[in-house]
Amino acid sequence: MAELLRLATAGSVDDGKSTLIGRLLHDSKSVLEDQLAAVTDASERMGLEEVNLALLTDGLRAEREQGITIDVAYRYFATTRRKFIIADTPGHVQYTRNMVTGASTADLAVVLVDARKGVLEQSRRHSFIASLLRIPHLVLAVNKMDLVDYDKERFDEIVDDYRSFAARLDVTDLTFIPISALRGDNVVGRSPSMEWFEGPSLLHHLETVHIASDRNLIDSRFPVQYVVRPHTDEHHDFRGYAGRVAGGVFHVGDQVMVLPSGFTTTISALNGPSGPIADAYAPMSVTMQLADELDVSRGDMICRPNNRPTVGQDVDAMVCWMGEASELRSGAKLTLKHTTRSVRTMVKSLSYRLDVNTLHRDESSTSLTLNEIGRVTLRTTQPLFFDEYRRNRETGSFILIDESTNSTVGAGMILGASS
Amino acid sequence: MKYELSHLEALEAESVHVIREVAAEFERPVLLFSGGKDSIVMLHLAIKAFAPARVPFPVMHVDTGHNFDEVVDFRDQMVSDHGIRLVVASVQASIDAGRVVEDTGPRASRNPLQTVTLLDALEEHGFDAAFGGARRDEEKARAKERMFSFRDEFGQWDPKNQRPELWSLYNGRHRRGEHIRVFPLSNWTELDIWQYIEAQEMALPSIYFAHEREVFSRDGMWLAVNPHITLQEGEVPEVRTVRFRTVGDTTCTGAVESAAADVAAVVLEVATTRLTERGATRADDRASEAAMEDRKREGYF
Repeated sequence: MAELLRLATAGSVDDGKSTLIGRLLHDSKSVLEDQLAAVTDASERMGLEEVNLALLTDGLRAEREQGITIDVAYRYFATTRRKFIIADTPGHVQYTRNMVTGASTADLAVVLVDARKGVLEQSRRHSFIASLLRIPHLVLAVNKMDLVDYDKERFDEIVDDYRSFAARLDVTDLTFIPISALRGDNVVGRSPSMEWFEGPSLLHHLETVHIASDRNLIDSRFPVQYVVRPHTDEHHDFRGYAGRVAGGVFHVGDQVMVLPSGFTTTISALNGPSGPIADAYAPMSVTMQLADELDVSRGDMICRPNNRPTVGQDVDAMVCWMGEASELRSGAKLTLKHTTRSVRTMVKSLSYRLDVNTLHRDESSTSLTLNEIGRVTLRTTQPLFFDEYRRNRETGSFILIDESTNSTVGAGMILGASS
Repeated sequence: MKYELSHLEALEAESVHVIREVAAEFERPVLLFSGGKDSIVMLHLAIKAFAPARVPFPVMHVDTGHNFDEVVDFRDQMVSDHGIRLVVASVQASIDAGRVVEDTGPRASRNPLQTVTLLDALEEHGFDAAFGGARRDEEKARAKERMFSFRDEFGQWDPKNQRPELWSLYNGRHRRGEHIRVFPLSNWTELDIWQYIEAQEMALPSIYFAHEREVFSRDGMWLAVNPHITLQEGEVPEVRTVRFRTVGDTTCTGAVESAAADVAAVVLEVATTRLTERGATRADDRASEAAMEDRKREGYF
């Protein structure tokens, strides 16, 4: 059974990110002949000496013209062990929101540094965003080792430097791998030029890193998405609650509580995509049937009576602002979408703006503009049923929508209820 | 108990979530159905998403009139089996009404005309969300597109101004006259589709499997001899054992030589192919490097 792993890569063309992705795709035979021919042809027309594998991922006309990655591109490859979805994100600070987008669903992030240059401001920024979005596994790939003579001391120096910085971040699993994307060292197979390195190749790490326990399988959460009522003779009394399990495990026969009503009942049946099942766990999409007829609708939350999310209208959160023409300020009114619930919200206060390069907290700032990240307090018109983002990415996240333009202008990660 | 999903189960769960989200948040969704394998898988997922209730939205076929008969028969059978309402938006009707002008000549195809018919039909029926079966692995412009893809009142896609899409929180808000294209299969690859068809023991139109057919070679592709296409000088019909990897308009969809006569054989063939499905079989993508991006900007699928 092949598992799915979602990874995000961050960096710029200069770091060799596109070369690395190109090599992973190429060496796993995921670049097909007509794609390679098209890229080779385009490289020649642009007057490049070598085939630019970045053209495989930079799919928009504007990206190819400017030679940069603007938006997230999704690429796919597979080995016999796993199926991979790569969210290839731009590295420039002006596209921070696009990196946040790609990072939000990733199981693992690969941050690239150039062995000659060491840990730069942008490597720190990418690592910070990965930790803010709580990507469970982080790989620092020290690239271009061939250009520093595969020197162990240089690698150790970068590792030490990075570790002292990463100590300030909330990173649970950190792996360092010296590679040369261009020459293929430690990308797919172990490098004969770096026998001093005892760790796995990058691909081996991607294939074997343990991701199953990254999900929260303790706190059972089921946001009701849609009520299934067939209204047919055959299923006249059928009433099912469709949704995606956002945390924990539900079993047929479990006692459950429905929020906001607070009524308790038991699960009488669970239906998966291919029929009845005994238990449902994250991230399955199921239809749940309850023993009692209760008033349950979209936006309600089903949980266990002795393990409930926080219910509240006041939340503290880290927000990345994504609005191009607008700013986040105290008093701003927005629509907030959290799980399957959309409510109106008002920004009560901005505690500080965070410098994504230095992690400095600027408490004097009064607004967040495009790509800026800060800590805010929000008040909502209706209660939310939430967990801290660090405990559950599904019930701890929300988006903010501008009510006049309908644009998505913010991404929020809940720190907790505000006092 | 390990509580782990296989990659196909994870993709299935994601797609079902997206389909239900649309049914919950939109007033008049529609599922675009071509009779090709991707739209068949998409409809199969929609049937699962709402079982035992019926699919709560209609399906729409943008019909160029240049179809493979097997595909139209399959379409009619599938919607009738599941009690789904079928809307047919006809490119011929758009031509008759003077909305579009048909190209002439041996290389004429109605493929580009579909955009006008599609947008007119969305407007006529007031559809505010349209499910499409496009996958990100198909083509590089599609690799950039969101699951919920906003379209303005002219049906246009603006690739430089896409809404950020985070976690599994989709923003489907729009004004009257605007709509959202929704791509539940975004993260599936061609191989995933075939593995899923195999695992689910799904039926498909027969043209997906090896059969003998009268074909001729054009631009390195085998095109089927049919009433809607004119042979040019030097193009000689011959009978070959072929199958189709994609199904679209008969005038621009090429066949591949193949002996894969059942799903298992196709899975094996797809797993080892050295050409992408669109590269191998679609004349419409060969116009230029940005052919798909340009068509999508205008409102294409």
